[in-house]
Amino acid sequence: MSTIVSSRSDSGGEPSASRHSPLTQWITDWGTIVVDGLIAVGDMTLFARRMLGWLVSRPPARGTLLPNLYQVGVLSLPVVALTGTFIGMVLAVQSYYQFASIGLEDKLGAVINSSLVRELGPVLAATMLAGRVGSAMAAVLGTMRVTEQIDALETMGADPIHYLVVPRFLACILLIPALTVMADFMGIVGGYFYSVMILGIDHAAYQNNSREFVGGYDFFSGVFKSFFFGAVIALVSCYRGFHCQPGAEGVGRAATAAFVYSFVMILAIDLLLNILLDAFYIAIWERTVSILG
Amino acid sequence: MTSSQEATIDGVEDDGTLVRLEDVSVRLGNQWVLRDIDLAIPQGQTLAVIGESGCGKTVLMKTLVGLVRPTSGDVWFDSLNLAKLDPKALTEVRQRIGFVFQNAALFDSMTILQNIAFPLRQQQGQPFGEEEIEYQVLEGIAEVGLPREVLQRRPAELSGGMRKRVGLARALILKPELVLYDEPTTGLDPIMSDVINELILSTRRKYPVTSVIVTHDMRTARKVADRVVMLYPRRRLHDEEPQVLYDGPPSGLENAADRRVRQFVRGEAGERLMEMRMER
Repeated sequence: MSTIVSSRSDSGGEPSASRHSPLTQWITDWGTIVVDGLIAVGDMTLFARRMLGWLVSRPPARGTLLPNLYQVGVLSLPVVALTGTFIGMVLAVQSYYQFASIGLEDKLGAVINSSLVRELGPVLAATMLAGRVGSAMAAVLGTMRVTEQIDALETMGADPIHYLVVPRFLACILLIPALTVMADFMGIVGGYFYSVMILGIDHAAYQNNSREFVGGYDFFSGVFKSFFFGAVIALVSCYRGFHCQPGAEGVGRAATAAFVYSFVMILAIDLLLNILLDAFYIAIWERTVSILG
Repeated sequence: MTSSQEATIDGVEDDGTLVRLEDVSVRLGNQWVLRDIDLAIPQGQTLAVIGESGCGKTVLMKTLVGLVRPTSGDVWFDSLNLAKLDPKALTEVRQRIGFVFQNAALFDSMTILQNIAFPLRQQQGQPFGEEEIEYQVLEGIAEVGLPREVLQRRPAELSGGMRKRVGLARALILKPELVLYDEPTTGLDPIMSDVINELILSTRRKYPVTSVIVTHDMRTARKVADRVVMLYPRRRLHDEEPQVLYDGPPSGLENAADRRVRQFVRGEAGERLMEMRMER
């Protein structure tokens, strides 16, 4: 018998954990959570950097991009349009009685349309995208991870980030503005329909107030935010899929986590961008006023 | 000195060795999966790696193709140190290595034709034309004994044995110098297992490929391997001439490690059963 290899006689295990006081254990637990969180943030940053590196150095092949554009854009359109319509109508229902009680029901168009283009349209489209597309991305990539398809890609000389993540990222950031515009439009139509046709608000007053209170900057800020929402959905979902735990439960958890994390980040980014966009608008507006005298 | 220079100098000496692992240890999370592994695989050899479930066989295979980076130690392929190569250089090296995955790892979203053609389409430097790709795919599918009709099907429409054969055709399409088989016969009936064994042997007869086969199937190890290595759960590695391994040392004279090898080869629960009872 020829033993060509020797190994250390220990089994390589860690030293057994000694007994800790409850305080030490509490600190250890929280320390572990914080450290794990920091590692995850760092890991995701590296993931995003690799993805951006591929994005600028080598665009994805048409064969990988087109199916993702179809999945993200075409297949999401009906659900975004439908939910947009309902949100417009719900806003009309919710706002009408408060506004009517102070005699301002004619201003309903301004409230509904302003809320939609600035806030609800982009956030709603992003939420639908995170639920419909983000979860599916995490599930597909998670399944590919647990069935070793991602390993297979690597062994055959394809970079999985370039092959799988870049097309999904591009599809999300390119098409979420279109979905946002669709959600805005259908929400405006739904709000108008309910306000004018059902609640009997004057058509001309509704239109005039809408025009007066909703400007180009409102529309721009909504669409501008949607790019960031799309980027977050693609990155978070692909990251969760790539780091999926083994088994069916792991895939399920990756899909759920993709939606939950994306949604939380959408809201956090929404708050941050609203603050920045408002500050920018005020600065520009004041400057314009001072120039015009 | 750049990392790529470090990755190529002082490589494998010209003794016909294609793959060499030097003091390779791999730690995943808090657990050491491999410890201080040294292993040399000469060009043209077929090596079978056996061992209990969870002893690190698949991790060893993934280390050989650079999917898992060793925590310490070097993995030499030809004169390149895979442990220190940058991603671009690693991608080029991988085109010289074929990998047959345990469950074939075929891409669900592609047809069989697209699956087998995938490595050809990824080939950099000298891209293949569509006619050449089609010719090679047809040749590849014929070599593994599958009819042309399967080419337009999806992996989900094939049986386990057919999927394995497609995985084999995909791994061999670029005529790699090294082929890694991860449990190629697991989950197959004895006849289909033998078909896979024959395909491994016929590949070797056609061109001088070096092969590493991770398996639990002693029939596969006995039939196709020139050499058998056993990984222990305690990460100790034993290396045997196949016949010595199968015959085993005379009962009563062997040490505990030899006994463990003999029990594994013969499929006897032996000391493992006692350990499991003690663990309970």
